[in-house]
Amino acid sequence: MSDKKKNWPLWEVFVRSKNGLEHRHFGSLHAADAEMALENARDVYTRRNEGVSIWVVESKHITASNPSDNGELFEPAQDKVYRHPTFYDLPDEVKHM
Amino acid sequence: MNQNLYHYILTIADTNLILGQRLGELCGHGPSLETDIALTNISLDLIGQTRSYFQYAASLFDEEKTEDDIAFLRKEREYRNVLLVEQPNTHFGYVMARQFLFDVFHLMFLRELENSKDETLAAIAKKGIKEASYHRRFSSDWIKRLGDGTEESHTKIQEAVNNLWRYTNELFQMTEADVAMVKEGVGVNLEALKEPYYETVSEVLKEATLEVPERKYFQKGGKEGIHTEHMGYLLSDLQYMQRAFPDMKW
Amino acid sequence: MSDKEVKNLEEMFEACIARDEKIEPKDWMPEKYRQTHIRQISQHAHSEIVGMLPEGNWITRAPSLRRKAALLAKVQDEAGHGLYLYSACETLGISREELYEQLHSGKAKYSSIFNYPTITWADIGAIGWLVDGAAIINQVPLCNTSFGPYARAMVRVCKEESFHQRQGYEIMLTLCNGTEEQKAMAQDALNRWWWPSLMMFGPTDAESTHTEQSMKWKLKRKTNDELRQQFIDQTVPQADILGITVPDPDLKWNDERGHYDFGEIDWDEFWQVVKGHGPCNKERLNARVSAWEEGEWVRDAAMAYAEKQEERKATTKKAS
Repeated sequence: MSDKKKNWPLWEVFVRSKNGLEHRHFGSLHAADAEMALENARDVYTRRNEGVSIWVVESKHITASNPSDNGELFEPAQDKVYRHPTFYDLPDEVKHM
Repeated sequence: MNQNLYHYILTIADTNLILGQRLGELCGHGPSLETDIALTNISLDLIGQTRSYFQYAASLFDEEKTEDDIAFLRKEREYRNVLLVEQPNTHFGYVMARQFLFDVFHLMFLRELENSKDETLAAIAKKGIKEASYHRRFSSDWIKRLGDGTEESHTKIQEAVNNLWRYTNELFQMTEADVAMVKEGVGVNLEALKEPYYETVSEVLKEATLEVPERKYFQKGGKEGIHTEHMGYLLSDLQYMQRAFPDMKW
Repeated sequence: MSDKEVKNLEEMFEACIARDEKIEPKDWMPEKYRQTHIRQISQHAHSEIVGMLPEGNWITRAPSLRRKAALLAKVQDEAGHGLYLYSACETLGISREELYEQLHSGKAKYSSIFNYPTITWADIGAIGWLVDGAAIINQVPLCNTSFGPYARAMVRVCKEESFHQRQGYEIMLTLCNGTEEQKAMAQDALNRWWWPSLMMFGPTDAESTHTEQSMKWKLKRKTNDELRQQFIDQTVPQADILGITVPDPDLKWNDERGHYDFGEIDWDEFWQVVKGHGPCNKERLNARVSAWEEGEWVRDAAMAYAEKQEERKATTKKAS
């Protein structure tokens, strides 16, 4: 075939295991359209009753941070210890805080 | 034994069994891994339903019988499935057209059977409705993709629809068992499903830019055990182990 | 990047793995790491989908409805496993189509075990028991491998795989508790599958080329010979329970070693099958190639339809 071939694009699948939990990334698959991606995700990732809700998004629509930026993105948070409850000293008598 | 009830169950169950068997042939040979997994799921649903029906049928006998005795040990003339489901997997278009033409009927049928006075059948139907709804959605989507896809796919799916069309009318044929079971409030009045069926099927076909074939020249016989030539080969596979090694546990 | 900078990165990379940290797809990695992983993960994925064929053979002939359903579910799982693994491989920057191309052209390998024919129902039992048993031994350590997507795929695979071995053993057990004919069928299957199963662990350590590097990257935790020994030690007692005989006259418990001693593997046969001259290499590959080629019009149709739908959506938006 001369013209360039279009293959089914890649989709990322997110599944909510049960109500109350967030959707979690489960994996990916190939599908021609969103409806097919949803159906395939159901068949591939919830065969054993693993989910109650599915999100699919075409992989190309995900913007990811670059690991080479990790220094500037994530390290500044490391010394902000005052964001964590253990930073603050309270007398033992104060319970449940 | 209630012969009419037994025959009634057989017609439903055999249709599930034979379609499940046909889909089982495809495992590992589909156009993509994802479709392979999906078709296997449908096959598993159908085999699961078959087992429920046959277990019920087996319980009707005075002597001891199992689901497998009924599934594997009858002669071709004793299988009562409709001709549609025994048609071969000529290509993916045939697989999807066969599935779609059956699924639309199957869902309508189960929705009625759910109201059966027979509690076992009603319970099996209730569980099956969820599965059949998904099957119908899956196959309808594919009919649209193939019909409104490329020129090649349009031609292929139209050819499949045209060739399988002659087997659709049999879905609504009332056998002696059907008539008796409807009278008892157990069975489904198939004739009442006919118009809604063709309406739904036509709608989807039109949306898929396909032509709806004319409603004449239909085939029948499956429900009386008169099958197409494909059936014998299918049964040779299905029954191979039970025939070659009779009376053993597996 | 200068050579020195690359060397520096490589040291950091190796240190990261040594600390048991995972490598994720967008992290920097040595080209050799990427290539090795593409090769191993894809080989693993190919094995899953080629592995569907010998077992798929028996779906239509399964002797009971219960067995039919279990086998369908098992073969379907293998498709699922192939899919997880292809997806993991794709994160390394290669498409599934390219991976298929490598399989179809014979460039990529898959597990040789699937080049043996399944000629009786007992073979389905033997595959579940022996082949899946061997696969589990190979795969469990990979749940902790260094490449994140591969490790996660393997966790899922291993979780699902455990039912496979059990259903295989149950088939064998039923046969061995059955008639003489059934028991003979089980023995015959063990005779044919035993040696090829031992070959699944690959050449002996002395002959194996990738071991050291693979150990470092946690693609391997134990050597081929160690894993093979583990398999034999765990499987022989299971054969005893079945009451069938492992086809190896040299097989004997060695008290001193605390392991079974076993006979010489026919490595000529091993290499012959690896090189493409096993009983079913051609059939397996042909089946994969025709499924792919005959499915082309279907995949194209779905793409064309999706594009039309997109266009339609765009025009309705414009109009409104």
